[in-house]
Amino acid sequence: MILAPLADRSSRANHTDSWRILKPEIKYDKCIRCMICWKFCPDNAFTVVSGEELESPNPRVAALEAPVIDYDYCKGCGICANECPEKCIEMGIETKMVI
Amino acid sequence: MPFSIPEQELMEPGHTACHGCGATLSMRYVLKALGKDTVISVPAACWAVIPGAMPNRTLDVPMVYTPFAATGAVISGLREAFDIQGKEDFNVVGFAGDGGTADIGLQSLSGAMERGHNVFYFMYDNEGYMNTGVQRSGSTPYGAITTTTPIGKDRNFKKQNKKVVADLMMAQGVPYVATATIAYPEDLIRKVNNAKKINGPKFIQILSPCPVGWYFPPEKSIEVSRLAVQSGIFPLYEFQNGVLKVTKQPRPVSVREYLSMQNRFRSLDEDDIKKIEKYAEERMEYLIGKEKETQSS
Amino acid sequence: MQAMQKKYNAIMTGNEAVAVGAKLARVGFISAYPITPQTTIVEKLAEMVSNREIQARYVEVESEHSALAATFASELAGVRSYTATSSHGLLYMHEMLHWTAGMRLPVVMSVVNRALGPPWNIWTEQTDTMNQKETGWMQVYCESNQEALDTILMGYRIAESNDVMLPIMSMEDAFVLSHTSEPVNIPEQDEVDAFLPSLDLKYRIDNNRPMGYGSYSTPDGPFMELKVDMMESMKNSRQTINRVTSEFRDAFGRDYSGMIEKYAMDDADYALIASGTLASTGKYVVKKMRESGKKVGLIRLRFFRPFPDREIVDATRGLKGVGVLDRSVSFSASGSVVSEVKSALYGNSSIPVTGFVAGLGGRDVRVEDFYKMFDYIEKGKTGKYYIGWKEAQ
Repeated sequence: MILAPLADRSSRANHTDSWRILKPEIKYDKCIRCMICWKFCPDNAFTVVSGEELESPNPRVAALEAPVIDYDYCKGCGICANECPEKCIEMGIETKMVI
Repeated sequence: MPFSIPEQELMEPGHTACHGCGATLSMRYVLKALGKDTVISVPAACWAVIPGAMPNRTLDVPMVYTPFAATGAVISGLREAFDIQGKEDFNVVGFAGDGGTADIGLQSLSGAMERGHNVFYFMYDNEGYMNTGVQRSGSTPYGAITTTTPIGKDRNFKKQNKKVVADLMMAQGVPYVATATIAYPEDLIRKVNNAKKINGPKFIQILSPCPVGWYFPPEKSIEVSRLAVQSGIFPLYEFQNGVLKVTKQPRPVSVREYLSMQNRFRSLDEDDIKKIEKYAEERMEYLIGKEKETQSS
Repeated sequence: MQAMQKKYNAIMTGNEAVAVGAKLARVGFISAYPITPQTTIVEKLAEMVSNREIQARYVEVESEHSALAATFASELAGVRSYTATSSHGLLYMHEMLHWTAGMRLPVVMSVVNRALGPPWNIWTEQTDTMNQKETGWMQVYCESNQEALDTILMGYRIAESNDVMLPIMSMEDAFVLSHTSEPVNIPEQDEVDAFLPSLDLKYRIDNNRPMGYGSYSTPDGPFMELKVDMMESMKNSRQTINRVTSEFRDAFGRDYSGMIEKYAMDDADYALIASGTLASTGKYVVKKMRESGKKVGLIRLRFFRPFPDREIVDATRGLKGVGVLDRSVSFSASGSVVSEVKSALYGNSSIPVTGFVAGLGGRDVRVEDFYKMFDYIEKGKTGKYYIGWKEAQ
């Protein structure tokens, strides 16, 4: 069998959580589910979930799909927090040590 | 809230781009617009390492790695080969950095565009050789400090203006030319969709801020990209069917504000900043003039 | 079962012959950039495409680097692809030569051997291709226009073999073959189709199987294994070369005898190793010397990559001396071919080896030059001798 330089494994196998120094956290009570954080994430580290799983004070907002951070891939760049129009993403210190 | 850009993701997480990478967002948006029937060719570039080492891939479409100067020629060969096989509906795409486009790849790009293959060429412009450690390219703007235009004892910086490849492509008569940036993904995706309608070569230059090479914090990538447009430093335009249209009017944001966000411009004195302001104004005037000229004819 | 030797049915130049070879191989994609003396190959192919004698796309690129880059790309998409170049054009392709072989793409390319400047010189010499010996391409040096045509057909068969999957370059001497007419047998298309099935590239680009083609490897990644696999495939390709050459003989009646051709070697005491059209003059001199009772022979090197080391050890067994003719420039070392010959013989033979450098920049290597070379070989001279060189005035 000839060996050609082919790469066929999805990079999902490569978790980048250890890159994180700052950790974003979405405050869903303030989130209007505009998806701007999802839109601007260079690491594609958001998943979109049915909003009913998450609490929201406003039932109309609660019916919308919502962004959830996938901490296996988030590198903590902070674009989401910087771009959030409601300022409902807080950047905290990552305390989990990955060795 | 409806999604303002397609939900489909063809770039997977787990890649190895730096924090806040603009080039990565450019790829993500381009693939959202193009869809699955796409083949991407990438030369030596940040994007040659972003997918990670073998056996990893991060795109859900085939990605052909090529030597630095080869992108234009490789997409020419791919296009013709797919056409022979009846796969005319495949999008054949070159995706190269500014070094691979403005400098070492300019010849093969120009050749491919001149021959008129039905291809897309995206130049993700991070204004320097960022993958190799922030060296100056032809697309680095006046005023930027890079590792090959270091500050030194005389507060040095790059003394030449940016070579704007999109303008060159327009001058060459490429049927579709546009500029875009990551702060406006809707605009970028709309342009890709317009480009799709053209059976011929398409060139889109995407300003892709680089936190590492422009010396700004990674959370500011979108903000820097937005200010580049609002200050008139990087005008967004679209040129098709011989008509030019400026697609985002600059807002009253000062060039100074854009420059001061990035430490690569820290050498500049008042005169230098005025020079850059004048350059931005003149470029905007040139584009607006061209807009009037082409729309009236 | 060997077919009868086919009658000549055409008279054509070497360049026309390789263009006909590419046509018969049903190449689907051609990309080239003009350089003397390759131009008439690609002009002929462009004409064939234009006249719809051949179902292929022809892309007129803006450089040789792009010519091979486009050829690389179409081959990777699964289309049998072809290009041709010479001299400085080949040097300009150098990076893409490595890339094409490293991607394991069975491209066939014709190279017209031409000298390198400065000073500019369009005549024949092998320095251009000798410079490419470590690129992972197989190399064949042709002696006649017929061989040039046939090598395109055999070339695709060898390159596309599942146990080889390496590109191949087939050489013609500038002008001596490229622009000189000779009688040629052009095989029938159906005979060629029976000999050369269409390309089925196992890892061609497939949107249902997204992959990185080329990618990158860390030191602990598969990099070294990939390169070792290339080296081993090259080394082992001699079995495929011998098999395909025999099958070609059986189908078309022309025997190229594999990696090397032995001429009057059976009872020879002294021999000269040469390649390309210099071997033809060498054979003439061997014949004349045989007529006067000299037991001399000639080994024509067809393949230089893979290097026919075992074949040379076998062919030189029992000789009292051997000479090696290099038509290329090599610094400090003995010469591109002679170094490899010595390396093959080391530990296997103790016969003296004489190195000759001749014919640079297309300078004629005359009959008397060959007599001189055989004289040196018989005298057991070792070292390196410039033949036909005029001492500076």
